[in-house]
Amino acid sequence: MSRAAVVTGSGVVAPTGIGVDAFWSAAVDGRSALRPSVRFDSDPYGVALVGEVADFEAADWVEPRIAVQTDRFTHFALAAASMALRDAGLDPATVPPFGIGVMTASYSGGVEFGQREIERLWRDGPTHVGPYQSIAWFYAAGSGQISIGHGLRGPSGVLVADEAGGLDVVAAAVDELRRGALAMLVGGAEAPFSPFALCCQRGHGLLSASAEPTAAYLPHTDAAAGFVPAEGGAMLVVEREDVARRHGRRGLAVVAGHGATFTGTDLVRSAEGLCRAARAALAEAGARPEDVDVVFLDALADRRGDDAEARALRELLGVRAGRVPVTAPKTGYGRCYAGAAPLDVVAAVLAIDRGVVPPTPNVDRHRPELDLVTRRAREVDVRTALVLARGLTGGNSALVLRRPEPARQE
Amino acid sequence: MIRRAVVTGLGVVAPGGTGTPAFWDLLTAGRTATRPISLFPASGFRSRIAAECDFDPLDHGLGAADVDRMDRYAQFAAVAADEAWRQADLCAPDPWRIGVCMGSAVGGTTVLERDYAITSAEGRRWLVDPSRASRFLHRALSPSALAAEVAERVGAQGPVRGVSTGCTAGLDAVGHGARLVEDGRADVVVAGAAESPISPITVACFDAIRATSARNEEPATAARPFDRDRDGFVLGEGAAVLVLEESDHARRRGARALAEVGGFATRSNAHHMTGLTTDGVELAEAACRALESARRSAADVDYVNAHGSGTRQNDRHETAALKRAMGRHAHEVPVSSIKSMVGHSLGAIGAIELVACVLAMVHGVVPPTANLRTPDPECDLDYVPGTARERHLRTVLSLGSGFGGFQSAVVLTDPARS
Repeated sequence: MSRAAVVTGSGVVAPTGIGVDAFWSAAVDGRSALRPSVRFDSDPYGVALVGEVADFEAADWVEPRIAVQTDRFTHFALAAASMALRDAGLDPATVPPFGIGVMTASYSGGVEFGQREIERLWRDGPTHVGPYQSIAWFYAAGSGQISIGHGLRGPSGVLVADEAGGLDVVAAAVDELRRGALAMLVGGAEAPFSPFALCCQRGHGLLSASAEPTAAYLPHTDAAAGFVPAEGGAMLVVEREDVARRHGRRGLAVVAGHGATFTGTDLVRSAEGLCRAARAALAEAGARPEDVDVVFLDALADRRGDDAEARALRELLGVRAGRVPVTAPKTGYGRCYAGAAPLDVVAAVLAIDRGVVPPTPNVDRHRPELDLVTRRAREVDVRTALVLARGLTGGNSALVLRRPEPARQE
Repeated sequence: MIRRAVVTGLGVVAPGGTGTPAFWDLLTAGRTATRPISLFPASGFRSRIAAECDFDPLDHGLGAADVDRMDRYAQFAAVAADEAWRQADLCAPDPWRIGVCMGSAVGGTTVLERDYAITSAEGRRWLVDPSRASRFLHRALSPSALAAEVAERVGAQGPVRGVSTGCTAGLDAVGHGARLVEDGRADVVVAGAAESPISPITVACFDAIRATSARNEEPATAARPFDRDRDGFVLGEGAAVLVLEESDHARRRGARALAEVGGFATRSNAHHMTGLTTDGVELAEAACRALESARRSAADVDYVNAHGSGTRQNDRHETAALKRAMGRHAHEVPVSSIKSMVGHSLGAIGAIELVACVLAMVHGVVPPTANLRTPDPECDLDYVPGTARERHLRTVLSLGSGFGGFQSAVVLTDPARS
């Protein structure tokens, strides 16, 4: 019996589009959605542009009763979860009671809701804090509300490891499949924009101050000067391959291997950390570095960070480093913390399924040591995709996705 | 080869004392560390009591720069990790094979709130003033900083992650940490949890839903799990860390295995963010699956460390779950809640309770439920009221239940029997 874990569906809320189709067509076209914030003036926080999900209406996705109890990051998670289940064709009511769980990665929690409530406390006094602050602000709100909304009583969890957590959580969900779960909803979504939350982010020193949309987020170029922060994320349905097949749900990609290391905040050291994480992920997948057909980059757009990522790939891929297509679709919509890697996983799954690698929007004159896909999408027969992510506090993670083997005749 | 995670080091910072000897002394004496809140002026709040740590980081090996950079919860974790790491006494371990898994529910709230009050002029500015924010504020936004601090401290370069499932985060972090060992992703994992939630916003949150005790005039006896006269939990703070090690790795170097993390499972009730079902099905399911992965039956359980938060809803839910999971044995096994003594430190308490469970196994003593004088007729198990009890413990079950509907169970077993 095959115990491989396959992705059978995904749901996306991204600045470039809501839903997998809108997200993918924007990614393939290399469209960009970096704009000044419509929510508040971000200039005092050293940020001119953000990736905001402009046309998201919570009412389209969240019951009014739940909407008032939850922050925007949970609205995104609920929307992405509903889309992922529908995309997979999976009705949780048809699965045994403890068969499906939900795991999310989180970074900043319910910051907008949280700032409103803490403002009431400090301005008006303790009795003015509302009853929903305790369930809207904390990092587990997404997993909790998704499990309630869809009746998922299986193994659930919430990981926090910055951007790297967005890959770690996919691996943790696959570990639950190995331990008996039939299917897992997994991913992450962020809405890190309230004035106070942006004030916090300012401290890590990696935000781009540029006001020019085509020049604000340019990783692996000489003009790299930080990343544009973004909101959004993705949820995926991962299932045991045999279960999916039995129910006629198509596995788009196999989640084949994961590796994670920690090298602290010195970005130079992340070169070795990323390389070791990627090697561990490939080993777990039973794949060799020669098998890698595309790499989805972490793409920090910090000079030392980009150098370290390029060095990690040279070390991993050897002479092929300049020939393996690498890409960073996130330059078109920004970096949404724990939601960033799940979006990259969705893009990698679609690259495998459709044989297309989306480009790195806005990036043109990149440094030559990597074959960065720029300007337009490239047709590539992707059998093995490597996704990289680094966390701001020092984690390095890698995930390997592979094209499923064709179904055997039975 | 089946890989197993055993415990080779323990560390704790808890109300009533820093370090495992002081903690164990408090628990076995049945003393309580709940008192009027001193960490901020609490007049105007409904609940004005908490279990606080008397903690000066400079007394425990942290420097001024560490104190500047770390929120209070991370300081607790660093000190607990130091104690656990010393006890484990590893000699030149491979840093790439050391992982970290640390839980917290509300993370860097203390620093977030302090800087919020300053940058917003105490709530008068929506567009806060960034020039007044502290240099390390970004490390307070996400509890990922907690695992990172511990990793830097012990020199871990393997998988490092945080767990933030609310009040089950402590159990979940140790459970996930054990899996990193079992799955071969690390040979040593520093696992645990930390919380410092005694600040105005968190106290106000629980005031708003009347989850905490308002027995402000009787702080020492306010936390009364399973007692008819309970009126909610008493907020606590602290940290606990366990060094988990692959069993052969520990055996080869002659390290003493204090206990094995035999099983872990978590389930969601998919019912309500704060409400619990009356039948406890999901918590029972988590307990059964954790026992199954530990290759133990319900009848093997010698002690249950209860979630026992001291809300009416929880105590009845948990009692029902234990009956469902264990049948008649539920009435024979001692069940106790140390929250009666050290309060409920949200994400940290699960790890603190696991340290208590390991100490209970090592010493052959079941800690009591303090302040249990008039049993709730709906709660009819043996909750070990008031006084610790000697008992040889080979299999211990620890339960947790939290906001979001998460229900978790960890089973610790005697490593000699494995």
